[in-house]
Amino acid sequence: MRVQLENLTKRWGPVVGADNINLEIGDAEFVAFLGPSGCGKTTTLLMIAGIYKPTAGLIKFDGKVVNHLAPKDRNIGMVFQSYALYPHMTVFENLTFPLKLKKVPMEERRKRAQRVADMMGIGHLMDRKPAQLSGGQQQRVALGRALIKEPQLLLFDEPLSNLDARLRLTMRSEIKRLQMDLGITSIYVTHDQVEAMTMADRIAVMRDGKLQAYCPPDELYDQPRTLFVASFVGNPPMNFLEVEVVRENGEYHARCEGFDVIVPPERGEKAAGRGKVILGIRPEDVSLAEEGIAGEVYVVEPLGRDDLVDVRIGESKVHFLADPALRLKIGDTVRLRFNTHKVQFFDPQTEKSLLWTD
Amino acid sequence: MYTWEQRIRATIPYVIMGIITLPIIVGYVWILISSFFFTTEGLVPKGRFTLEYWRFLVEPIAQRPSIWIITLNTLILALGMAVFVVLISAMAGYALSRLNFPGRKAFLSLTLILHAFPSVTLLIAIFYVLRAIKLYDTITGVVLVQVSLMLPLGVWLMKGFFDNVSWDMERAALIDGCGRLRTWWEILLPNIRPGIAALSIFSFITGWSSFLIPYTFTTTDTKATIAVYLNSLIGDSTFVTYGQVAAVGLFQLIPVMLFFIFSQEYLLNIYTGGTKGGV
Repeated sequence: MRVQLENLTKRWGPVVGADNINLEIGDAEFVAFLGPSGCGKTTTLLMIAGIYKPTAGLIKFDGKVVNHLAPKDRNIGMVFQSYALYPHMTVFENLTFPLKLKKVPMEERRKRAQRVADMMGIGHLMDRKPAQLSGGQQQRVALGRALIKEPQLLLFDEPLSNLDARLRLTMRSEIKRLQMDLGITSIYVTHDQVEAMTMADRIAVMRDGKLQAYCPPDELYDQPRTLFVASFVGNPPMNFLEVEVVRENGEYHARCEGFDVIVPPERGEKAAGRGKVILGIRPEDVSLAEEGIAGEVYVVEPLGRDDLVDVRIGESKVHFLADPALRLKIGDTVRLRFNTHKVQFFDPQTEKSLLWTD
Repeated sequence: MYTWEQRIRATIPYVIMGIITLPIIVGYVWILISSFFFTTEGLVPKGRFTLEYWRFLVEPIAQRPSIWIITLNTLILALGMAVFVVLISAMAGYALSRLNFPGRKAFLSLTLILHAFPSVTLLIAIFYVLRAIKLYDTITGVVLVQVSLMLPLGVWLMKGFFDNVSWDMERAALIDGCGRLRTWWEILLPNIRPGIAALSIFSFITGWSSFLIPYTFTTTDTKATIAVYLNSLIGDSTFVTYGQVAAVGLFQLIPVMLFFIFSQEYLLNIYTGGTKGGV
């Protein structure tokens, strides 16, 4: 089922929860709404679910406007961060509650409950109450309850936030696998960019109620439209330096104190002659070299597989990932090489990318 | 093993509590004793042991209706309160907690003010109202008035309990297919069982022991409640047989005490286990 949001807005008095959201979700697509707390992603999700009434704008399912439809008539399933299981009912009753409300006969209910429970691996827990289950098991029951009515749209509101890190990893791939197998259009709200990047076909990045970017994970990573997107996506986060780009001897130089690199012409020409611009480069595109920009090691954070090293170059700070075997220490002088093919440039006032926005 | 000093230290709270509750305990002991003896001097029985004062259970005391009609009235009042206060408060509390309607804030402050309002000052006004709707001197009238006076507390209490239920559960119910009323009945109410239990117990006891309202608004002696009946034993003769008063008083006390004794376990375990994933 396709979902379209047209100029969707939600206001509570002076407070704007969602501001003119426009996007389209294709059939069987897995879309993530990504952003920090308070950015409007849950507000938008609840409007799609029918729990919030939009202040303005339209929501369309397969081309039909559904603004006026009650949640129960929208054929959706939703998984909440707190699972929202009914504590006074058993797992079986929780799972079959939507069917009971639709007056599905008991035989059919039992069959479908068994099928869903087997799919989720909770078949042996049918008679327990939610309080007797672990977090992961409760999560699966919540997922089962959303799936049992075979909805056209699945909504997830940060479902993995309450699970421990290990479990989060396994559930992530399970949910993704499930969605692919069942082919149900899904919207997944999260503040965790790793979740969004690993699971979604397209990611909608939101901030302060506005849509900042809407594209596949690779594009979001390599071609960020705004400074916010560039800083939010990717772990460890992107390095930013305030530089000036000048053209010298046919080459474009990005310069600031203690820092001078040559950038490719396709990128450099867009940033040149604008005074101060913001240069962005990801830690993985910075490496140690024999010759290069000199800097002093400020902090070393061991991550296990790599060391995250904070280097001071003049007034600026750059992070990069180093081999732990090198045993870098605070105060060491290092020489860095920058892979400028991946460099990004941003306008310091509008925070928009100088490379990808036209 | 505990040292002597530790043991003495541990008993001190009990000693203090014992001293403070002594007057009340003495009162209860006196009631018990004097209902079985013709006279007592302080706590010491002087006359013969007798069941005379308990005869009211079998045959009515002079010119008074049978105790069982009175008990029935009291039961109707107490149960009526338990049922209606809880029902109305639960519905009002839900609306105040979840729905947004004009005048909501004003209504909330109003319930708080009304709860603090001394009901005694309203007696005359209520009298006129009851007479106008022809419910003066009826049990129905008494129940109506008593319920209304308890509602501000009930509504506030219920609203508080509803506030503590997570919004997500209701949203899940709405998505699963419940309408508002069904959500209230099937999802929310079972989750505030402690609140319902607490309120129904308070309401029942208020009804069972209520005196002022039944006294003011009923005149026929067959419509009295136990408290009113008790009052009539004290008020009307020059000689008050305290033994008789004690017996009737004990009679009023016993059901409530038994109830508490047997429901202690249940009341303490009334909280359904919470779920792990947040509220």
